[in-house]
Amino acid sequence: MIYNKFVEVGRVAFIAKGKDQGKLAVLVNIIDGNRVLVDGPSTGVVLVDGPSTGVVRGVRNFKDLHLTKYKVPIRLGQRTKGVQEAFEKAGINEQWKNSLWAKKLEKRHIRSNLTDFERFKVLRAKQLRNRIIRTELGKLRKATKKTSAK
Amino acid sequence: MAQGKGAKGTTPKLPRNYEVAPGLSRFSKARLFHKRGLYQKLQKASPAKPKSKEDKSKQYVVKPIGGDKNGKERRILAKKGSKITPVLTNVKNSVRRNPKKVPLRKSITPGTILILLAGRHRGKRVVFLKQLEKSGLLLVTGPMKLNAVPLRRVAQAFVIATKTKLDISKVQVPDHVNHDYFKKKSEKKSEKTDASIFAAGKSEYTVSDQRKADQKTVDSALLGVIRAHKDRKYLFGYLGSRFSLAKGQLPHNLVY
Repeated sequence: MIYNKFVEVGRVAFIAKGKDQGKLAVLVNIIDGNRVLVDGPSTGVVLVDGPSTGVVRGVRNFKDLHLTKYKVPIRLGQRTKGVQEAFEKAGINEQWKNSLWAKKLEKRHIRSNLTDFERFKVLRAKQLRNRIIRTELGKLRKATKKTSAK
Repeated sequence: MAQGKGAKGTTPKLPRNYEVAPGLSRFSKARLFHKRGLYQKLQKASPAKPKSKEDKSKQYVVKPIGGDKNGKERRILAKKGSKITPVLTNVKNSVRRNPKKVPLRKSITPGTILILLAGRHRGKRVVFLKQLEKSGLLLVTGPMKLNAVPLRRVAQAFVIATKTKLDISKVQVPDHVNHDYFKKKSEKKSEKTDASIFAAGKSEYTVSDQRKADQKTVDSALLGVIRAHKDRKYLFGYLGSRFSLAKGQLPHNLVY
């Protein structure tokens, strides 16, 4: 297996469980085989409704983190101010928003919060789209039938 | 029954009824009744006991008792009642005629679209008009043209309130539409003879003209509101269709 995302100082991780769930944070220092020191002062990328504050510098278990492909050039044990500057300079928030991962999360969030009426509208939209697709497909089928019959 | 194998030729006397297994007797009460010939007793009319006025005075027996401060005598019933009281079989269930008015859920406001969960209209989406006084039931309407639900009462417990709300401030529900308006009119004043009950048959329910008129006034106003709505095309379809769960949809996780 080829690993591409490594646990290293400067790696941006997605907090999947626990406090600040759904936010990004930078690995600042590695404590031991299980835990990291994490900091995300400018990561207001929050899906859950609430005041968009960043991740306070603290210890996280690897089990709660999902590594992203982004890296930020910081020094070992960089202080919060330095982390913030490096993070913003690299433009990670922007890159993250445009990533497929973040878009999928956003979609999932929207879908789970659809009201009954909205779900009905989605149903109708899907039916309309599928109808269009099917009629086009039918036309194509007819065309191929004619050519094969010849 | 008795199989004589005794040396002297005497047959062992077995009891008429015996236990086959613990608590389980060979013959039931009904069988024994016939075996014992008790039906003969029933055939003879039991002689009527003459009611004498002496009975009342003989109900109590007065007995002297000792002790200075015990009142010297006691009145004791001549015939004491059984110590085992019988099981009550005809306990009257008191029917709650006037149920309490349940306070309205915060999610239900006039104009909210509700999903009915029970009854013949289950799954249908209806518009909530107001909560009826006295009973606390919710007054809803289809509108009738969209889903065949008339002006109807519905209990709050059998309803899901959706987040979709219509502005029905302009819709005037007639004042006479209240708890008594919906009360069932029963014609139980006739005598309870067998012939009359079965001869009459089930009286079919016919919609009164007043109900039709009220339905029209409310619905025409409501349909006007729906037509003016931004999503009116979807709303017509929405109110006309029934709610159902698809695969993977968990009712406790859904937002309504």
